[in-house]
Amino acid sequence: MLKLILRRVIVAIPTLILVSIVIFGLQKILPGDPVLAMAGEERDPAVLDFLREKYRLNDPLPVQYVAWIKEVGQGNLGVSLRTDIPVTTLVSQKLPVTIQLAIMAMFFAILVGIPLGILAAVRKGTRVEFGANLFALSGMSIPNFWLGIILIMIVSVQFRLLPASGYVPPGRDFWLSMKTMLMPALVLSTAIAAYLMRHTRSAMLEALSADYVRTARAKGASERIVVLRHALRNALMPIVTLVTILFGELLAGAVLTEQIFGIPGFGKLLVDAVFNRDYAVVQGVVLCIAVGFIVLTLLADVLYILINPRLRYS
Amino acid sequence: MSAHAPAAAKGAFERRRSRSWSKFKRSPSAMLGAAIVVFFVLVAVFAPLIVGFDPAQVSFTAIRKAPSAMHWFGTDELGRDILSRMVYGARASLLAGMCSVLIALGVGVPFGLLAGYFGGLVDGCISRATEALLSIPFLILAIALAAFLGPSLVNAMIAIGVSAAPLFIRLARGQVLAIKNEDYVQSTRSLGASNTRIILRHILPNVMPALIVQATIMIASAIIAEASLSFLGLGLQPPNPSWGSMLNTAKNFMTQAPWMSIFPGSAIFLVVFGFNLLGDGLRDALDPRQEH
Repeated sequence: MLKLILRRVIVAIPTLILVSIVIFGLQKILPGDPVLAMAGEERDPAVLDFLREKYRLNDPLPVQYVAWIKEVGQGNLGVSLRTDIPVTTLVSQKLPVTIQLAIMAMFFAILVGIPLGILAAVRKGTRVEFGANLFALSGMSIPNFWLGIILIMIVSVQFRLLPASGYVPPGRDFWLSMKTMLMPALVLSTAIAAYLMRHTRSAMLEALSADYVRTARAKGASERIVVLRHALRNALMPIVTLVTILFGELLAGAVLTEQIFGIPGFGKLLVDAVFNRDYAVVQGVVLCIAVGFIVLTLLADVLYILINPRLRYS
Repeated sequence: MSAHAPAAAKGAFERRRSRSWSKFKRSPSAMLGAAIVVFFVLVAVFAPLIVGFDPAQVSFTAIRKAPSAMHWFGTDELGRDILSRMVYGARASLLAGMCSVLIALGVGVPFGLLAGYFGGLVDGCISRATEALLSIPFLILAIALAAFLGPSLVNAMIAIGVSAAPLFIRLARGQVLAIKNEDYVQSTRSLGASNTRIILRHILPNVMPALIVQATIMIASAIIAEASLSFLGLGLQPPNPSWGSMLNTAKNFMTQAPWMSIFPGSAIFLVVFGFNLLGDGLRDALDPRQEH
């Protein structure tokens, strides 16, 4: 088992290297000379040369890459061109906000998606399945940001039930923090709930038609036991992996959700950086997300090995 | 080999196709999806014939008017007719959805075919690169690319297309791996067919159904992605209408003019819903192996 996990970790290394090359390459597709942009009105060749030298722009690309990755390895993601704050500081400030949002959204998605998926599989061919499928398809089709606008109009403006925007750290006022985050988390959870429902349904359908379920039924086990103990336990294994991986999708979805609800998180940091042409921040944020995603998939695979008895004892 | 063989094979192909088609026709949800998609395509194509107003016509006497007999969906903050802007916006959305998926197919399928067919080092390189790209969430990669390329509809299409390409690489590769050792591929090879011929004439047609299904569903995601980029200001630039940028302005007038958000958002939802229904229907009809 340890060997299996070790092998999985080693496979992640080339992926990490390649992803860093892709993100390094992003700044190279920028149209125009970055030095001219940095120098502003200044057109003195000596100044331009100084800047080129300072940012190593005269070196060949591989040398530039190695220099950059060395800095990144030491935890230095560069400095925001706008605010002069190190990107690492910005990231560590904003990340907890988005993680809170993502965890709450995942909680709702699991709460709705998995039971609905089980129900749809057990009641195959009935109105229940039709309703569950319709829900999933709608969840996948509704644009996050539009749902956010509509909910604010109804819940905050019309009925004044929840705050429309803002962020309160849970350390300051836990319940107010939950209350402000409730609507954004619900909005963010829709697409994920839909995916979870669809995958749970198909995994359950597969499990319910397996031999061990027929054996359990033949032994006279009640339908409840058959569904929950025999089928669900097997069907849930791939779902655990999926939940871990879907956290990455939540980070992506958070970009728009945070924009609508004015939450000062990771996504808003990215969007603001995009508009301020603060490319160091864009690069840093995308790199963090990619590394986070690779680590999550790695965790998902390790978790799968740990919970799957067939792999655990191999 | 007898002269009847190609005819027989053709017959089998036709039979399979007509069976898929009748299965598709019998599914009400697939037909509903197709109807929604056809409706929006017709609206986009015949936009100038449908609308009564110039979508860019500013009118200071008709600012933020609620829906009425004259302006069915109301007017926006500059007095422009929302229905007309939505009809023209359908062009941007559908064009972006389809072009970016074509880009994704054009980039992804050749690499996927090569990786799956040749295996070994080629596969190793392509697969690692695909994994690397897939580790950046689709929308984040699209936002980053669009940001670095500069905001415009074409750049948004490129950004979305490139971000979606790895999905097609992975799909095409998997499909090729599944069929490349089938008897008909092996026998063509033993007859001395070149690699190019085997890939283009024998493998690609058999990979097609899965690609068509995935492409249809991808159009749905691409339309949402384009709307998201436009919503963030990274897509089609004003004053040209797109559903995403209409929502971007609308969010500033949530209380005063809710109709500005309700209608364009419904349009995105409906067209994406249509493509998703169509994709599911196509999957059931064409590619039963991939059942979800």
